[in-house]
Amino acid sequence: MRAFVALVAREVRLAWTGGGLWLPVVFYLAVATLFPFVTGPDKALLARTGGGILWIAALLATLLPIERLILPDRQSGVLDQLALRGWSDELVATAKIAGQIVAFALPLLLATIVGAALIGLPEAQLGTLLLGLALALPALSGLSVMIAALTAGLNGASALGGLLLVPITIPLLIFGAGALAEDPGNAMQLLAATSLAITALSPFAAGAALRAGRI
Amino acid sequence: MSLRQAPLPSLNLDNVAVMRGNRMVLRGLSIAARSGDIIWIRGFNGCGKSTLLRLVAGLLAVTSGAVHAEGRIALADENLALDANMTVEAALRFWADMDGASTNVRDAALMDMDLQDLAIIPVRFLSTGQRKRASIARVLASQADIWLMDEPYNGLDSASCARLDHAMLAHAASGGIVLVAAHQPPSINVAHSLLLDTQGTAA
Repeated sequence: MRAFVALVAREVRLAWTGGGLWLPVVFYLAVATLFPFVTGPDKALLARTGGGILWIAALLATLLPIERLILPDRQSGVLDQLALRGWSDELVATAKIAGQIVAFALPLLLATIVGAALIGLPEAQLGTLLLGLALALPALSGLSVMIAALTAGLNGASALGGLLLVPITIPLLIFGAGALAEDPGNAMQLLAATSLAITALSPFAAGAALRAGRI
Repeated sequence: MSLRQAPLPSLNLDNVAVMRGNRMVLRGLSIAARSGDIIWIRGFNGCGKSTLLRLVAGLLAVTSGAVHAEGRIALADENLALDANMTVEAALRFWADMDGASTNVRDAALMDMDLQDLAIIPVRFLSTGQRKRASIARVLASQADIWLMDEPYNGLDSASCARLDHAMLAHAASGGIVLVAAHQPPSINVAHSLLLDTQGTAA
């Protein structure tokens, strides 16, 4: 357990020093800043569409840390050293996902408060948006590690990552944006269920990809 | 030296063959190493030395035959596995903590590889030989029973080579096993010297 915490702490430290922490936040807030320029200062329109834009920005921000999640550790032999010490690939993936939740999901959640203010989102929606993102961000963290493991070392890993991410995140986006609607129905519950399933499965998918990539 | 827990480390390869990328890299290879053995594996570039070490480390699967290792394993290959932005000491501490090694063991490893003066330097500033010494120090601090050293002499100056010789002999003397893959003949007394030919068999 202590070793697991040490590995998670290493992930957070690498994100902090390697730009993996700030890049998604800056991107996310840049979208929130630019969007009102596109639509014009129509407060009603911004209130109606702003939440959805932040959702899309959060999904796309998931792609930004992908290149530094797995590849550097594979090239430097860190993954080999962990495997040598009896770490299963699934456990390594779980530690990396936990690291992403701390170093990617939490900062993005905090940035949402700023982003919502930039767009002028009504306060009633902010609570729903934060709850929805809080439910979905563990799944996005899992997906980023999974996609990083799948595409590590491939040419055009980022572009490929985008292609992989989009179809898997569509349910999250539908339920997440749906929860912001006037009549949300069970969207939040479905979002929670989808996110739970993706979060729970991603360490296994990522672990299998790590194993397959070991040569 | 650390107290070793029974059973004594041992390493057995029985008629091992490995296929990589549609090519037989190793075939018909058998090694039996007991506590206190240093095994020196020689051969041309590409004859399968590194493959053999990765196999023993459990990072590759055998195509046929069996590998059985008793005891904890440490590997020093061409990959440093130390975070480039951290200081040498902090990067080594990460692995020492993983292995549950005490501060004394870590300091001794730094001292054995003459890294005390470099301890506060970030890993990315190290030279080739210094990087090699850091990766050897990582193995020393791991307190593992079986050391797998892939071309450990590459880039080392003569003083560092002597330090490495000394460390490996001390490890064997305390009951450990060392597998050295190198292209040059052994510079120390070894239990077995194994020459791999181009077919990956012991010549």
